[in-house]
Amino acid sequence: MTHIAKPRVFHPSLEKNELGLTRRDYEGVMSTLCAGCGHDSVTAALIEAAWELAIPTHRAAKMSGIGCSSKTTAYFMSESHGFNSVHGRMPSVASGANAANRDLVYIGVSGDGDSLSIGLGQLCHAVRRNLNLLYIIENNGVYGLTKGQFSASADMGSKSKRGVPNEQPPIDPALLGLSIGATFVARGFSGDKQQLVPIIKAGIRHPGLALVDVISPCVTFNDHVGSTKSYAYTREHFREAVEAAFVAPKDFVAPADEITADIGSADVRDVRMHDGSVIRFRQVEGDYDATDRDAVYGYLRERQNAGEVPTGLLYVDPDSRDLHDVLGTVDRPLWNLPFEELCPGAEALDALMENYR
Amino acid sequence: MKADRVNDFALKIGTVNGTGSASANGLIMQSIFRMGVPVSGKNVFPSNIQGLPTWYEIRVNRSGHVARTPDFDLIVAMNPETYAQDIEELVPGGWLLYDSSWPMADTLRREEVTFLGVPLAEMCVKAFDGGRTRILMKNIAYTGALAALLDIDMDVIRGLLEETFGERKRHLLDANFKAIRLGYDYAAENFECPLPIRLEGMDATRDSILIDGNTAAALGCVYAGATVAAWYPITPSTSLVDAFTAYCRRLRVEEDTGRSTAAILQAEDELAAAGIAIGAGWAGARAFTATSGAGISLMTEFIGLAYYAEVPCVFFDVERVGPSTGMPTRTQQGDILLCAYASHGDTKHVCLYPKDPAECFEFSVQAFDLAERFQTPVFVLSDLDIGMNDWVVPRFEWDDGYRPDRGKVLDAEALAEIETFYRYLDVDGDGIPYRTIPGEDPKGAYFTRGSGHTKYGKYTEDPDEYQEVIDRIAVKIDNAADAVPPPEIRSRPDARYGLITLGACDGAVREAIERMEAEDGLRLDYMRIRGFPFAPEVARFIEAHDLNIVIEQNRDAQLKSLLTLETPASKDRLTSVLRYGGLPLSARHVIAGVKDRLGLAAETAEGVGT
Repeated sequence: MTHIAKPRVFHPSLEKNELGLTRRDYEGVMSTLCAGCGHDSVTAALIEAAWELAIPTHRAAKMSGIGCSSKTTAYFMSESHGFNSVHGRMPSVASGANAANRDLVYIGVSGDGDSLSIGLGQLCHAVRRNLNLLYIIENNGVYGLTKGQFSASADMGSKSKRGVPNEQPPIDPALLGLSIGATFVARGFSGDKQQLVPIIKAGIRHPGLALVDVISPCVTFNDHVGSTKSYAYTREHFREAVEAAFVAPKDFVAPADEITADIGSADVRDVRMHDGSVIRFRQVEGDYDATDRDAVYGYLRERQNAGEVPTGLLYVDPDSRDLHDVLGTVDRPLWNLPFEELCPGAEALDALMENYR
Repeated sequence: MKADRVNDFALKIGTVNGTGSASANGLIMQSIFRMGVPVSGKNVFPSNIQGLPTWYEIRVNRSGHVARTPDFDLIVAMNPETYAQDIEELVPGGWLLYDSSWPMADTLRREEVTFLGVPLAEMCVKAFDGGRTRILMKNIAYTGALAALLDIDMDVIRGLLEETFGERKRHLLDANFKAIRLGYDYAAENFECPLPIRLEGMDATRDSILIDGNTAAALGCVYAGATVAAWYPITPSTSLVDAFTAYCRRLRVEEDTGRSTAAILQAEDELAAAGIAIGAGWAGARAFTATSGAGISLMTEFIGLAYYAEVPCVFFDVERVGPSTGMPTRTQQGDILLCAYASHGDTKHVCLYPKDPAECFEFSVQAFDLAERFQTPVFVLSDLDIGMNDWVVPRFEWDDGYRPDRGKVLDAEALAEIETFYRYLDVDGDGIPYRTIPGEDPKGAYFTRGSGHTKYGKYTEDPDEYQEVIDRIAVKIDNAADAVPPPEIRSRPDARYGLITLGACDGAVREAIERMEAEDGLRLDYMRIRGFPFAPEVARFIEAHDLNIVIEQNRDAQLKSLLTLETPASKDRLTSVLRYGGLPLSARHVIAGVKDRLGLAAETAEGVGT
């Protein structure tokens, strides 16, 4: 059951982050997903990223819709508020929460059913709104809770467990995001935590909506031969376009040498974000430029046509302006502005009444 | 027709949509208001941008009865397409003012009507250049003719134009006044002015304002401290968020930075608008959305979430004619049941029913308090007539001592004093649990879900655990009956019958009651419902009368249904008078309907016209 709490007795030698918290402090209740579910690996990557970034555990808000993926927000950061809302509608709920309180770290977890079918409109408009939100799509090509129907991300010709091929073209969240102005687009694989953690960290710190498509195989309904979202298929066709590491501003976290250790020093290119953080790219492809939207789009189409699954932090716009920048709202969270500041008072009302004479 | 009817008549102006007649009509209405005379203006407009017929109805009444009347003494017919209909709608002895630049067909003539031809187009073609200007000025010119015919104070008109255009737009001021003089002089020279229906200055509007309900509700949102608004454009609620936006530009600007203390989000649809409002309410903001019935239909899944997860947020439903697209620019009270029970499963919602813009302002503030106090969605049901028409209402007042009721919120300090926080536990026995705001304290964290949950906030599929929470929520909502605005009750000695209504029907029903007592000696008690769940007085009123006639603007007697469902009152004590064709209610229809129900029919409901 999802309410089963894990034991809170930790081994004293567990590594601590700068807040003095261990990774276990970032965990949630026991997962109720199938053993081997890709989503649990994404949860583990989220825990790792949040721990590394030393996010105060109550300063995050976990937003989700409905589905297997949306359940996972209960499985990490139990000291954060979570909102498991309505099917396909996480983006709007997250938009409202973010509008009310811009200071929290918003982590949205959705799935391909939740985001690409019933919630496709909400996904698109949240991307356009560019609210400061990490938006993870745990993408497995099927509906799990209703037992294996194709989702909108299923590839043409991919076969269901019963052997029926999908004959409708897929919606690719990365290409979609690029085409509607997403300021951060990434694709990972739940089976590659080393690639995923830096992407999540960069996504959390990105001032805008960070769209992260994670191929996350469904071991029960979509991990068979003939499926293009299985572990085996993804590993075989996985192609890393660019390797990314996230370097937080110096006064905040992680010395740069640690990052270089992760990524090596050859062919490194830094993209500096407005908050002072740096995303460090190591070129895998010769002339790949993660800040050139059109080129990235072209690259993805080309590699997909060649039957590959291009991954990495594919695109980032260093000049991203988030929801609050566009709305021109105050720097402080709106929800607890002093009432005196919000209510113009009796005298102002009296003056205003003259306009209606 | 009586010989001289000072400050007691109705007129209607028929024009073509998109020809600038709105400003001319507004000018007439505002001039009468400035003369201190009770007045109302009803815009009867098409769902169209340009080209279709549109009307503006003005009623003047010295006793303050300004509900719509279908009895027009004077019609300004500026649209040849509707000549026949306009002439037909005049009372015998009435006047038709028309543009005589073109001849009026003899077949349209009606004996008991006086035709007043003014060559408006011809005069404006001579006096002004440019096609668009000539069309606009033609409409301003009929204002001048009306000023002569009805004795509208020309100084007041001049003053209003000066306020509108000021020195900066001197040329527009001059052009407008020139057009008005054209109309005025022609009428004064050619007709016996003023007509027996005419105006005389009074002192009845000194402490009043002229305002529409959407503007008033928006102002209420500003004063209540709302900081997040989400919406999707839909007639007739769009102007509510437009007004909120305009007020925020003036009143919600941080001094040093020029930045706003409100986030206004135009969503991709009503579902998202509801989601944004609920997300913001969950995160601690006073948040609202404004829509009409079609939007509420789309929002219902989210409304159920807010009800069950107990998230405060305010929904303004400016009702229009349904079902489906219905008639988007016409008024109705068709969403009473929809809002009371919106969403699947067992749900019931707090609803407020303002009667006019003054109550829109008042109830809008109250809605935020109730939403946060009861941690639930609250609906303010206005309608197109209240929301989009200008009403004369008392000036709004504000008590600087007001502080928002944020309800039971535990901050870090309060959390430190308790052992464990459980989101859905009824600690105080009033059905209202405590909530926490995300980000405030690790101890306050909980998981919000629309799926089954226990009183401790944990997921459940256990029958008893589920029922315990849903039963507690029912108690909470029932308790709101004592907190919503109580009904307005007016009693007459020895009245056996009661009239029950809500919202914008108020004016017509009260006028009907007065007239039936004066003309027929019929004494009737009156109750106007202002909130749901019903306050205890509602059932008492019904029980105290042999028969209660529920007057409302929908086909299916939705308020009556709600009364039979939600009060112990006997169904036999309730009957209905219903008007739902899309126009605001008039006393004539109320009188006909009530007499019919009481077996006193002088004229049948069918013979009453529109």
